[in-house]
Amino acid sequence: MTPVFEVSRLSKEFGGLKVSRDISLAMAEGERLALIGPNGAGKTTFVNLVTGRIRPNSGHVRLDGEDITALGPEQRVRRGLVRTFQVTRLFPDMTPEEHVIMTVLQRHGKAARILARFHGDSEAADEAADVLATLGLTEVARRKVGAIAYGQQRLLEIAIALAQRPKVLLLDEPAAGVPSADTPRIEEALARLPASLAVLMIEHDMDLVFRFARRVVVLAAGELIFEGPPADVARDPQVREAYLGSYAHAGSHA
Amino acid sequence: MAEATIRSAAASRPGPLLRDLLGLGLIALGGLAGYLLFPDNLAFLTRLISVALLVLSLDLIVGYCGIASLGQAALYGAGAYTAGIACLNGVTEPFLLVLIGAAAGAMTGLLMGAVMLRAHGLPQLVLSIALVQLLHEAANKASWLTGGSDGLSGMVPAPLFGVFEFDLWGRSAYLFGLGLLLVVFAVLRLVVRSPFGMLCRGLKEDPLRISALGIYAFPVLLKMFVISGAVAGTGGALAAIATQVVGLDSVSFELSANALVMLVLGGIGHLYGALVGTVIFMALEHVVAAANPFHWMTLVGAVLIAIVLFAPRGLSGSLDQLAGLLTRQGGRAGR
Ligand SMILES: Nc1ncnc2c1ncn2[C@@H]1O[C@H](COP(=O)(O)OP(=O)(O)OP(=O)(O)O)[C@@H](O)[C@H]1O
Ligand SMILES: [Mg+2]
Repeated sequence: MTPVFEVSRLSKEFGGLKVSRDISLAMAEGERLALIGPNGAGKTTFVNLVTGRIRPNSGHVRLDGEDITALGPEQRVRRGLVRTFQVTRLFPDMTPEEHVIMTVLQRHGKAARILARFHGDSEAADEAADVLATLGLTEVARRKVGAIAYGQQRLLEIAIALAQRPKVLLLDEPAAGVPSADTPRIEEALARLPASLAVLMIEHDMDLVFRFARRVVVLAAGELIFEGPPADVARDPQVREAYLGSYAHAGSHA
Repeated sequence: MAEATIRSAAASRPGPLLRDLLGLGLIALGGLAGYLLFPDNLAFLTRLISVALLVLSLDLIVGYCGIASLGQAALYGAGAYTAGIACLNGVTEPFLLVLIGAAAGAMTGLLMGAVMLRAHGLPQLVLSIALVQLLHEAANKASWLTGGSDGLSGMVPAPLFGVFEFDLWGRSAYLFGLGLLLVVFAVLRLVVRSPFGMLCRGLKEDPLRISALGIYAFPVLLKMFVISGAVAGTGGALAAIATQVVGLDSVSFELSANALVMLVLGGIGHLYGALVGTVIFMALEHVVAAANPFHWMTLVGAVLIAIVLFAPRGLSGSLDQLAGLLTRQGGRAGR
């Protein structure tokens, strides 16, 4: 079976600093993969590279067998490669409902219509209501995003991603910054993601990783140094070394 | 259950529509009050309306897309000159002249957007200045067409609806302008509440987020430049019809800069501010500059500093906050 998402020999340098070194990775439909690694290892950069936000120096990205390396970020999204952000990127003045309606309208090719009322598309409004209900955001659907809890904002990031109906979803630390009391709700939302969706999750919380993924890859100083079941990660000597900081000089000073 | 509430409510949202109707009513009332209270100043008030259209058009770019421009008069001037030239060449029907001006503004907006959207931030602002200066120079040099530094004059528009002459009193011109303003304002309120308007607001705040939804910014913003150009061009055409002269000042950097000042004065991003700012700026200018031009500049400077320091959302923003406190709606007008 051809992988739904495939990265081959992806490399990127920022002025001499190698943030991605020859990264190769494949995901099957419906797979749950975790990407972990110390701070500054290049995890977010990896997402930026494969989504087209940053151009790689070399390497290829394939989605559903199609080489998308030359495509711009918008085209990749339209083909089903969707991401969330490590720090939420939402519009504080808009409501969760408006975020999701906008997303749905875009999928229907109606996002830039002038001769229509934004709130007048009942099809989009209904779909948005469904997505928001799935994530337990119905109560706050009409509040300004700036006024809802950060945990709810994180859930909204996921709601937006789901409303895009992706084939491959890249979650960049979906629980980052959320008070621990609220992480179960995020985890619950992650557990209920559509089964056919391939999900790559970047996460520091190993408990979450263990429960979410069947396979883990470890990135250190831009290099994939481990690939295997979660149970083996902690035992791997290279991974231990990376987390102890011997790779830190090549990444950030974290 | 709560979900059901969302669904039923999504279909009908009377709130904003009612507010817009109220807003339109207020504008109409204000306009008629001006007509009755200042019958000797209708020429000035008509000019005010034409400039209000320019400032409205600027709000679309600045307030809804987050693109600063100091060249908006390029679009206004394009409308004014094209309508003026058309009028001198036998096209005298006022509504047709407005359409011609709007089309010329839209075309110029398309060009201006195509150029300005290549850059961001400060270079973009510089491009806007360069464009209005270029057009100004072009209008100056092409004197066979534009009358050069003398401008165009001698336009005689046909009577409105074939009945009401554009006479010395300027009554027809004023009511024509007021009608245009109401129509344009109503249309723009609909535009900014369309999916397109919402998208522009999103692009203003976080283009990367919009891009991550798979949406290209360029065509959306370009569309807004075209709409903005049509509105500014309408204002220009109105000026040409009402004053029956078109001068180089209508494509000037100075007018562009003044428009931006008026917009900031009134408050950006909800269209009402554009009107409030224009009325206050031009009324003050009319009164104070008549007495002493130097005091006028001082006053503008002082008022602007006060606005930026004490009411950064503009005068209408502060009014709106006040209204919000009173009605406990807490919302921004039109948002
Ligand atoms: N645009 C850029 N220009 C230069 N260096 C960059 C750029 N983006 C990221 N880097 C550097 O690349 C390295 C990897 O950063 P990245 O954000 O991908 O790490 P990360 O693994 O996501 O870390 P964290 O766990 O803290 O989110 C860091 O050293 C960072 O400083
Ligand atoms: Mg990161």
